[in-house]
Amino acid sequence: MTSALLSINGLSRSFGGLKAVQNVSLSVPTGSLTALIGPNGAGKTTLFALMSGFLKPDSGSVHFDGADITGRAPHINAVNGMTRTFQIVQPFASQTVRENIAVGAHLHVKSRPTALLEAERIAAQVGLLKQIDQPAGELTVAGRKRLELARALATQPRLLLLDEVLAGLNPQEIAEMMPVVRGIADSGITVLMIEHVMQAVMNLAAHVWVLAQGQLIAEGSPNEVTSNEKVVEAYLGHGTAARLRAAELGKARA
Amino acid sequence: MNAMLRQLGGIALFVAVVACIPLFTKSGVVLNFVMMALYAALLAQAWNILGGFGGQFSFGHALFFGTGAYIQAMAQLQGGLNPWLALVLAVSGSAAIGLMVGALTFRYGLKGSYFALVTLAFAEVFRILALSVPFTGAGVGLMIPLAESFANMQFASRKGYLYLILGFVSAALLVTWWLKHSRFGAYLQAVRDNEDAARAVGVNPFTVKLGAIGLSSALMGAGGAFYVQVFQYIDPGIAFGPGTSVEALVAAIVGGIGTLWGPVLGAVVLHVLADITRNLFGQLPGINMVIYGVVLVLIVMFLPRGIAGLGATVKSLFSKKGKP
Repeated sequence: MTSALLSINGLSRSFGGLKAVQNVSLSVPTGSLTALIGPNGAGKTTLFALMSGFLKPDSGSVHFDGADITGRAPHINAVNGMTRTFQIVQPFASQTVRENIAVGAHLHVKSRPTALLEAERIAAQVGLLKQIDQPAGELTVAGRKRLELARALATQPRLLLLDEVLAGLNPQEIAEMMPVVRGIADSGITVLMIEHVMQAVMNLAAHVWVLAQGQLIAEGSPNEVTSNEKVVEAYLGHGTAARLRAAELGKARA
Repeated sequence: MNAMLRQLGGIALFVAVVACIPLFTKSGVVLNFVMMALYAALLAQAWNILGGFGGQFSFGHALFFGTGAYIQAMAQLQGGLNPWLALVLAVSGSAAIGLMVGALTFRYGLKGSYFALVTLAFAEVFRILALSVPFTGAGVGLMIPLAESFANMQFASRKGYLYLILGFVSAALLVTWWLKHSRFGAYLQAVRDNEDAARAVGVNPFTVKLGAIGLSSALMGAGGAFYVQVFQYIDPGIAFGPGTSVEALVAAIVGGIGTLWGPVLGAVVLHVLADITRNLFGQLPGINMVIYGVVLVLIVMFLPRGIAGLGATVKSLFSKKGKP
């Protein structure tokens, strides 16, 4: 059995009366490519923020590589090897793509020229080489998503938390991006992604957790969770699973 | 790598050219103009490190200027120290005050107008303190006895002061150059552009901003010490009043914040403008502030990247016209 790189235990966080994340426990095995899915507003991004230290949990704990990192500041987590990306892309807009990625590279490289060179290598890895000297503010959505990925990758993380890197991309761009994510996981980096694009989840993830209304409602292989009644209802509404079953039964009889 | 060396060459050329000015003219008016423009450039450069590179707009940089000025004066008058030694104290004392203000404000994540207001408030508190306590000479201010010699950092001609301030400005240029080509500078600009994104990739915004305010206030303190040596006088209004804060930030914004040459350009342009208006309108007190205000509004409206960013602004205008 592989050990867990990241494990969270009974994590909860509320905002006023809203329980954004309730008693969530999961553990991400070292070297895995896994996904966290769930309907809009399920608390996925909040959970990411709790893991990476952008938010402090009300209760529960986060362990990274065996050490308790509950509520530790995000920059310290990045130093220790856990880096997140943002669903709403956050480029350093006034700087070029190269300079953006170099900020990530500086985590392990002090020299400016070396970091800028390293940025070029990472840009090639995510397919941003052509735009490397463009201001980040001028990139397309797909370009910005790649930049988010590149900047996080430049920190040489052991665990990469990807928050919807495929959202807002067209099918062609998604098809281009999927091998990039796969390549990152194959290079030995543990990847946990939040994703709405089910095609990507089905293709990429070995294990999926489903979050709805702040609670973990299912987990398993992509096929297992998509056929889980609770999951179908969380996405499509109460009673849908029964109706779908009835419809299929009717089809089979006809 | 090439840009690094080119900019370093530019700095060397600038210093060499300015250093040659006294060889060609003995005119007190010219030397005085150059000296005061360099002095304004130093204040703008100091402000630019925190405001331009760090995105933390201070409205109270006079706090660090005044601290430097008073330490420079008091160390000589009450401590009996040599002015060169006093300068060391003035610079480190201002940096210490900068770090203190930075620790208090950045610790609680103050940004934008809140940071601006708090710095303004700190400067005002120090102004009122300087007016009230006896060892700053209260409202009367402090006077340094005239004793012109190199050892005393007082010079018979403007030439000596010009070289002194040129030294400070070169130091500020080198610090700015270093910001453009170092990890610390990259982190500082990352925090300015997006603090959350910077934190996610391992940048501690608190220490980075603290470093910036330390550098910025140290240079501002050098400006204050220079003022005391040139005018041999300081009072609370000059030291901590809003005039110096405004001068520093206007010159930096007009010239182009976050750039190497912007603050120098801005300081020179504003000084030329102020001199012209002084000649046109006589000694109307405060007329230069009116000019500063008008120029600032025009620059913010039409040249958000300042004079140094003129090329880029024009280019983006055309590229926008190109793509409908």
